[in-house]
Amino acid sequence: MEVVDIARWQFGIITVYHFLFVPLTIGLTLIIAIFETAWLRTGRPEYLRLTKFFGKLFLINFALGLVTGIVQEFQFGMNWSDYSRFVGDVFGAPLAIEGLLAFFLESTFLGLWIFGWDKLPRALHAACMWIVHVGVLFSSWFILAANSWMQHPVGYTYNAENGRAELVDFWAVMVNKVQLVTFPHVVLAAYMTAGAFVIGISAWLYVHHRHGAADRTSTDPGVVETARTDRAMYRTAIRLGAVFMVVGGIGVAVSGDIQGKIMTEVQPMKMAAAEGLYETHESCAPFSILTVGTPDGREEKFALTVPCLLSYLGTGSFDGEVQGIDELRETYREEYGQDPGAAYYTPGEYVPNIPVTYWSFRFMMGLGAAGAVGGLVVLWLTRRRNDGATLPHWVGPVGIALPLALVAANSFGWIFTEMGRQPWVVFGLMTTERGVSPGVSVTEALISVIVLTVLYAVLAVVEVGLLAKFVKAGPEPFTEPPDPGSPDHDRDAPLTFAY
Amino acid sequence: MILGLELTTVWFILIAVLWIGYFTLEGFDFGVGMLLPVLARDETERRVLINTVGPVWDGNEVWVLVAGGATFAAFPEWYATLFSGFYLPLLLILVALIVRNLAFEYRHKGDTAQWRARWDAALILGSFVPALLWGVAFANIVRGVPIDADKEFTGTLFTLLNPFGLLGGVVTLLLFLTHGAMFVALKTDGEIRHRARALAVRLGIAAAAAAVVFLTWTQVITGSAGSSIAFMLAAAALVAGIGAAARGREGWAFLGTFVTIALAVAGLFLALFPDVMPSTTDPAFSLTTTNAAATDYTLTVMTWVAVAFTPIVLGYQTWTYWIFRKRISTRHIPTDELAGAR
Repeated sequence: MEVVDIARWQFGIITVYHFLFVPLTIGLTLIIAIFETAWLRTGRPEYLRLTKFFGKLFLINFALGLVTGIVQEFQFGMNWSDYSRFVGDVFGAPLAIEGLLAFFLESTFLGLWIFGWDKLPRALHAACMWIVHVGVLFSSWFILAANSWMQHPVGYTYNAENGRAELVDFWAVMVNKVQLVTFPHVVLAAYMTAGAFVIGISAWLYVHHRHGAADRTSTDPGVVETARTDRAMYRTAIRLGAVFMVVGGIGVAVSGDIQGKIMTEVQPMKMAAAEGLYETHESCAPFSILTVGTPDGREEKFALTVPCLLSYLGTGSFDGEVQGIDELRETYREEYGQDPGAAYYTPGEYVPNIPVTYWSFRFMMGLGAAGAVGGLVVLWLTRRRNDGATLPHWVGPVGIALPLALVAANSFGWIFTEMGRQPWVVFGLMTTERGVSPGVSVTEALISVIVLTVLYAVLAVVEVGLLAKFVKAGPEPFTEPPDPGSPDHDRDAPLTFAY
Repeated sequence: MILGLELTTVWFILIAVLWIGYFTLEGFDFGVGMLLPVLARDETERRVLINTVGPVWDGNEVWVLVAGGATFAAFPEWYATLFSGFYLPLLLILVALIVRNLAFEYRHKGDTAQWRARWDAALILGSFVPALLWGVAFANIVRGVPIDADKEFTGTLFTLLNPFGLLGGVVTLLLFLTHGAMFVALKTDGEIRHRARALAVRLGIAAAAAAVVFLTWTQVITGSAGSSIAFMLAAAALVAGIGAAARGREGWAFLGTFVTIALAVAGLFLALFPDVMPSTTDPAFSLTTTNAAATDYTLTVMTWVAVAFTPIVLGYQTWTYWIFRKRISTRHIPTDELAGAR
């Protein structure tokens, strides 16, 4: 085993893990800001209960996203020092700017939001969550600009003297055409995921909420009334979640479609790999829904395809030509095989791992679509303002499965886009194996990947346990929060929130 | 050139400022974490301590992320050599920061004493490890480490565990403990406040003794005129801070350790300049502000961004401290166990 293999496994494990929490953070900050603003505007208690309930779940999730993000920032230098040397001039800038513009904003205003119930006037308190969301969007923008540069390097020159890529046009990096379509795709997928989370949790609670057992048998008017109000609240949440899912879902599909065309243009091998398409189709390339065949996809035993759809996805025309892996391999060999330009890549096969790209592409789309269907089903079931109604019991498990499907769809999307770029770390400039730290030993790299993986596994158990506990507990009953804006606010009262 | 300074020098200064921000701010929340078993006598007091840093520890920690990112962008070679060279200590720091941060967020979300005790241990150890290791790392950066012609660190973990490096670790540990105690004295009321103040004086004396030895040693191996002034002023600020604590002037006392840490870090960077990572193998292999730097174009872009946004960041971070300026005491801790989870 070589350091590069271990470093790649580590990058895969900790980045996929980190991104389990990121989409929820992006989407939930906006949803919580909306709930809190709705409470301010209408004064209806359920909005504050939802704010606090989803705020609590969000914080459990955010904590892990935050700590795993620290590792991301350090590991470029730790495991990928030659990569860092090569790209630092271009890639470091968005990372540093992300820290200055986004991380400070998120952490400071989230601290104010968590502890500010007794200190800030109500409108300012709600504004804090909006600001956190702006910070999250800044963060997404800059980190995706950095990643898009790896997919499609622009705005740089190669300096042969010191063997580095050097930034010449920062604006070009910011408006990289890959970036312009990746940003909406990722952010809207995050909105969709958070929408699924809100729908799923609310649907589960609608079926299982803590008054659920009592209200079916109880005739106590108090219990019946509480159950009715709670259901109305869950329905409100489900409907907001549905807006996020529908709007996000349409946006994800549209941006994904444009992405496919840009990818066909700038990384044709990735598109071919997504389909396991070995032969070039001069027109009407079929889209493969699923294939059973040899592991490398060379021979098909069974295949389900849609005629001409791949041509449309890749080129926008059903007659468009889609190049296959075999032809592209030759093209890449000619382009990159003769003059390596520098010591940053070795001529090779230029073909990614086909089964991984083929299946991750399908899981991304399949799980995303399945999640959308699940969300629509729950929306249909709760279409009437009928607060006494019960939902069928299978809605509970569907509710739990919804966010999981969406989170997994996000992961597969990233696995696809990163694995599909291989063997490059920066497309056309540097191969992954050349980016690894030359001074790091196999032992060090192994210690690192084992320690982090074990730690992350333990933390996953803790996180799931906490989420389950607080979901089961459901939203707290309404209590009027302090109003620090009013003159008779007691500044010596016990804190509303304390660690 | 800005104000007659090369852009590379400007960014060296800015990175020094980021580390100063990190150590002066996260320094006290490391201290508070480590002092949890010493200053708090029961669960309510532990919660008082943790809540003194509750709203701010996360913002404090961002300083190190920005310092890392800025080093990556402004001095890619420095970032690459440092982070891949100091591999295992950095891994330990990462693990410590992870468990510590989660301790803040998760400790109060469980119901059992065992759950809280485990997170307490995470908070204490997770504060102790970086408080020690950052000092070891910085002492070694200033002293120099084996670096070859390819700018690669050629030492091992044990290269870093030399007497000078370890003393550097002890100094940051003691300084952060003192700084934390001063912060608790400033931010709490009641018995904890008095306990913290008394402890701050005792810790301060120990920190002063260790710091004087370490800073003198640094001055002897690699000091400059600038660093000697910074170190002397740092020592003076520490003495003044201890004196203020002894007289019950908690605000001045905290300012004293704050300035001490700021000047000590500034002095280390002054001693380092114009190197960023000196090589003990051959001075010709040393990384410097010039040979480790990014291009002028990148530095210019970054300078504009920094000029535009740093004042805003400083503004809202200061405002946060103002919002949460009130002292916390046991009566502010909600008795309802679930309140923390709400």
